[in-house]
This record gives sequence, structure tokens and C-alpha cells, in this order.
Amino acid sequence: MKKSRALLAAVIALPLGLAAVGGGVSSASSLAGTRGSNGTSGSTTAQGPINIWYSNNAQEVAWGEKMVASWNAANPRQKVTGQQIPSAQSSEEVIGAAITAGSEPCLIYNTSPASVPTFEQQGGLVPLNGFPGAASYIEGRTGPSANVYKSPDGLFYQMPWKSNPVMIFYNKKEFAKAGISTTKPPLGSYSQFLATAKKLVSSGVAKYAIYPSPSSEFYQSWYDFYPLYAAESGGQELVVNKKATFDDAAGKAVAAFWAQLYSQNLAGKETVNGDTFADGTSAMAIVGPWAVVTYQGKVDWGVVPVPTTKGSYGDQVPTFSDAKNMSMYASCKNRLTAWNFLKFSTSPTEDGKLLDTTGQMPMRQGIQQVYASYFKANPAYKEFAAEAAHVIEVPNVNNSIQVWQVFRDAWSKSVIFGKQSPSAALAGAAAQIDKLVQSNSSGEP
Amino acid sequence: MKRLGRAVLGHQPIGLIFGAPYAVFIALLFAYPLGLAVWISFHHYFFTAPGVSVPRPYVGLENYRAVIDDPAVRQAFLNVAVFLVINVPLTVALSLLVATALNAAIPFRSFFRTSFYVPYVTASVAMVGVWLFMFSSGGVVNHVLGPLAPVPVWLINQNWAMPSIAIYVTWKSLGFFILLYLAALQTVPKELYESAMVDGASWWGRFKAVTIPGVRQATTLVTILAVITGANLFTEPYLMTGGGGPNGKSTSPVLLMYQTGIEQNHPDFASALGVLLVIGVLLVFGVQWLLERRRT
Repeated sequence: MKKSRALLAAVIALPLGLAAVGGGVSSASSLAGTRGSNGTSGSTTAQGPINIWYSNNAQEVAWGEKMVASWNAANPRQKVTGQQIPSAQSSEEVIGAAITAGSEPCLIYNTSPASVPTFEQQGGLVPLNGFPGAASYIEGRTGPSANVYKSPDGLFYQMPWKSNPVMIFYNKKEFAKAGISTTKPPLGSYSQFLATAKKLVSSGVAKYAIYPSPSSEFYQSWYDFYPLYAAESGGQELVVNKKATFDDAAGKAVAAFWAQLYSQNLAGKETVNGDTFADGTSAMAIVGPWAVVTYQGKVDWGVVPVPTTKGSYGDQVPTFSDAKNMSMYASCKNRLTAWNFLKFSTSPTEDGKLLDTTGQMPMRQGIQQVYASYFKANPAYKEFAAEAAHVIEVPNVNNSIQVWQVFRDAWSKSVIFGKQSPSAALAGAAAQIDKLVQSNSSGEP
Repeated sequence: MKRLGRAVLGHQPIGLIFGAPYAVFIALLFAYPLGLAVWISFHHYFFTAPGVSVPRPYVGLENYRAVIDDPAVRQAFLNVAVFLVINVPLTVALSLLVATALNAAIPFRSFFRTSFYVPYVTASVAMVGVWLFMFSSGGVVNHVLGPLAPVPVWLINQNWAMPSIAIYVTWKSLGFFILLYLAALQTVPKELYESAMVDGASWWGRFKAVTIPGVRQATTLVTILAVITGANLFTEPYLMTGGGGPNGKSTSPVLLMYQTGIEQNHPDFASALGVLLVIGVLLVFGVQWLLERRRT
């Protein structure tokens, strides 16, 4: 009996040993050799059915379904099957897991630029430059700003697709109740913004002036710090030439501004369910045009650029793009079909349909002229279209997600909860981030 | 040959067949991942697409050193200690008391038994939503407490965030532990209560002298499961305190493993953290086992 138990124990223990041996065997060649797999063995000429994922936002689903149906009608031998991206805590997590499992589709229309360095490191992305004319197609559609989306090796692992310039939404009804202008609200400078915020809260029209999510996820700084930093710094990214930039006068000014909003209870610190702007808890929100649909029938809104110290007016104030891009993934077999489909879905016609259905800005040069009739019919979106030409992106650097998490933790500790001076927190985060971006992608210095 | 077969397969070989599916299940879903995690923790490792081959050098204890040097990890272990100090005694005491009450002949007994179990089988996301409302600044808890409510409010208060989560988890999982105690209470002989009554023991005296010793094994099980629940804490800090806030005071080791291993693609660091967590839980069990052994 004891022997048979020992045998059973050996059967259970065997996989442990195999795991160790198997892991050792896999450490053979370098990533660089396999990353160039795109274009080899004729894969860029393969045609046939492909799968794609798009966002689970209702408007994008509607656009995606129609677009896929339209392609399939014209290309029955290269059928495209579209589906919503599987649910999880975040799209990035799903895509990362799918790359590891080799189960990702050919194209994903929900790729965050911040995750591209990680997906590249995993060997999960196909450089689009392997397709004839790809670079000129991308640059021709998006213009010079497409260069921002090139990786450090000079290749496009993502196709810039659509942006959601982050701006300040305000509730006209609540502003009117508080006796604040609804056509030219005083929100351009920090001092004006603070005065308006105080007036809104003290008049009792809203519990909070503004309520960006105070939670600690790495991406939350894209919706409080980063748009204002873009504006204050004149369009500077978080990291330039492998050095953190935000520990400067602009970064400190933005941090001090938000710290005042939090310390004076003009911005909420609690995690909440739902949309505080839609339910009237806050009189302002800092989001992009994708959110407009959630406010329809609930809030009569207006929109202005994010504030700066000196005052930001007009429609050329830099802000964060909140872009979502398209990427082709390594498991894709029929890559020529995928590339042709990618071009089809970013054609002037499909870009127009995307704008019409979702209100999000295709990253196409001169959208105000190309889609003039849309903006005539929807004047509220003109501001977003103008801003779309002045957006900045997250930096394409090593350890990108970790960089943003370090920044968020420092922001949370100092600006939101006031447990450290914002200046000291920014300096500490900048030092950590410098080390992260200067180390290689596996964390080695 | 026959003797060898019997030595390997035992007297009842069919037992191995019945046991094999579970043994395979354990080997594939627990032993293999655990072994792989231990292996990863001693190497430079990140997730890659199938067929992508990268160097994964042995790095000795480097990942463990990085974990131990990380102040966020130390804070997360401290947070879990706070959680366990509150959650485990509270879970044991409340579930035993409620189970004893529900074991007695009280009106609506079935209704109460079901009511206590409902939170356990309800989706955490829904339950967390309700508790967020209850513990918000304008929530019912603050209305009841009035000026006694903490400032800042519970879940954004550095001192109250983790205790609030511990209380929530105690409430949510209470139904399951009550069930364990209810089952254990059925095995306590009624005669012991009767003789204690004859000896003039009060309700508290009977509870202390008969019930508590009678369910000791269940208490051990409840304690072990509560410690495991605490060590695995993820959903609650992720949802209730916005990812471990305020200022990392409700971050748990598993939440950090998720951030570093899944979000940031550093599974080597996350695995080392996971292995240390397993060792920590085993140490707690070891201490408990020694105490139990000394008592018996």
C-alpha cells in the first residue's frame, strides 16, 4: 500500500520535473530572429479567411458588423469573421494572454498604443512595413503624426486608427443654475477653473466639480494628468529620449492644480459605480468624444479644451489622443487578406461611417474638410475634430505599462491622497521611470 | 510477476482507476503550474507567442531579492496580515455562533440558513457594488454613525480600507463557514449537552465545555480556509478600493502578482512573489499545526 502511494506521488511529481526540463529546452535562440518572421515563407501573400476582434462598445460593434458584412459581400473567398473582444479586466490583458496562447485573431481594432511595446516584446505583432506600400499608405492617411506610432526600430507595428481627444465636458444646466456662462464658461486657466469649480460646489448644484477616476489602474493618468500636461507643456510626451519629462515646471503646475481640486473636495476621491457626470454628481468630466453617447438624453453638455496656467482658448490646445489602433498579430496565416482588409476598413468611406456611427475621430488628415457634411450636421463635434490635429500619444518605450503604473502610484499618493508633496512624488517617479525605460524590455539594466 | 503487480497496483487495482482522474486533475492543474511557477521564479522569464524562442537565463535568487526589496510587496504582506488578524477570528467566532443559533429549534430556521448563504453564492461584483454604496460618504453606514464616521470615509481612509475589506469578506463568506459548523454540530452527541444541563451548566457553560471542543476539527478547517481566502485576496481590493488604494494600503500580494505578471509581463517577479506567498501560508499552517498538536 505504501509502495502504491509512493508510485502515485511519483506520478504527481513527474510533471514538476518535466516543467523544469521543458523550460530549459525552450531557451534557445533570440527573439530578434523570429520577430522578422513576417513576410518570410510567402506569408504576406497568403489569402483566405481571417478573424478579427473589435471593441465591445455598442456603436463600434454596429460599425464593425456592417463593415465586415460589406467586405464579405465583395470577397466571398476571403471571408472575415468579426467578434467583440472577449471580456476581462482590460483589453490589454486579453490580448496579452491570447498572444501567449497563440489564439489571437489576425487583426484587433482595439490595440492600445501603450501596450504595443509589450506585445512586440512577446513577438506577437507583425510589422506592417512588410507589405508593399504600407508605410506610405499609413503616412498618407494620417500625415506626419503617423511617425509617433513607429516603434524604436522604425517599423509600424500598429496602424493609427482613431483618436478621442480628451477635453473638458461641462453640464450646461448645472452651470446655468450656478450662474456661470454656458456659452463661454471660465475654464481656460487654472485660476478660472478653480473659481468655477468652487462656485459649482458651493452653490450646491453638484456634489463635485469634476470626478476623474481616482483608482490606481495604470491607465487612469491618461484622464487627469496627461491631457493637462500635454496642454501645459505645449505637447510634450511623458518620456522623451529615454528621459522622463514630467518633473518640470509644467508637470509640477499640473500636479499642484489637481492637488488643489482634491484637497478642497472639488474632485471626488472615492471609487464609485457608474458615470458621475451622467448622473449629475459632478458638473464636469474629462473624457473624449466616445463618451458622448452615454450622455445623450441625460446631460446637455458643452465642451472646452483642458485648462493651462496661462489660459487655454481656441481649438489648438494639445491634449491626449486616447487613440485605439489596429495591429496585425503573429498567429495570422492569411496576412495579405488581413492587410487588404485593414486598408478597406480605413478607407475614406469606412472612416466616414466610423465617424458617423461612433462620433470618434478617424486618424485621417483634414477630417473637417473630408467629412464637412458630418460636422455641419453635428457642430458639437467640430471641437474634437480640430483638437484631433493637436494630440499627443503615450511614449513607445520599454516597460511602458510599468512606467504608467509607477507614475499612477506616485500621483495617487501625492496628488489624490496628499500623503507626499507632489513635487517630491514627481521627482521620485521620474527617477524610477528613467531606470525602467533605459533598461531593456526584460527589465535588465 | 504477480507479486510485483500487486506491489505496484495494491490489493485493489480498481481503486487506482477511480482515483486516477483526480490525480491527473491535481497533476495538471495544480502540481504542474506550481512547479512551473517555481522554475520561472529562478529565471528571467516573460510570456511570448508560441514559437518565439528567447533566452531565459537562470538568475538564482535575483527575482526573490527584487520582491523582498520592493516596498510595495512589504506593504502588501502587511496589509494581508491586517486582513487575517481581523478576518480569521471574526469568521471563526461569528460562523460558530450563528451556526449554533441556527442549529437550535428557532422559527424560520430554513429561511435564515438560506439568507446567510445567499451572499456567498452571489457574484462578487454585485456585492461589492452594494457595499460601495453603503460605505460611501453619503451611504447608510455613515448616516447611522453620524459624527462617529471616519474622515476620510472608510474605503479611502488609510487606517480603515483594509479592515473594511476584511469585514466585507467575513460577511460574504460567512454562509459557507456556517455550513461547515452546522455539519460539525450534528456530530456532537446530544447526551453531552443533557449531562451538562443536569450538572447545572448555563448556555455559555455548555457552549464552552461541549460545543467548542466538539467542533474543534471544523474550527481547524475553517481557520485554514479563511487563511487561504486571505492569502488569495484580489477581487475586493481591485473593485472596492480602486486597485489597492488609498496609497497602497489595501494592495494584496495577489493584486501585485496580477499587475506585475499579467499587466506588465514580468511573470518571473510575480512567480517569486507567489512562491513566497505559498511559503508564508505554509508557515502559518505550520504554527497552527504545532499549537494544535501541543493542545491535543
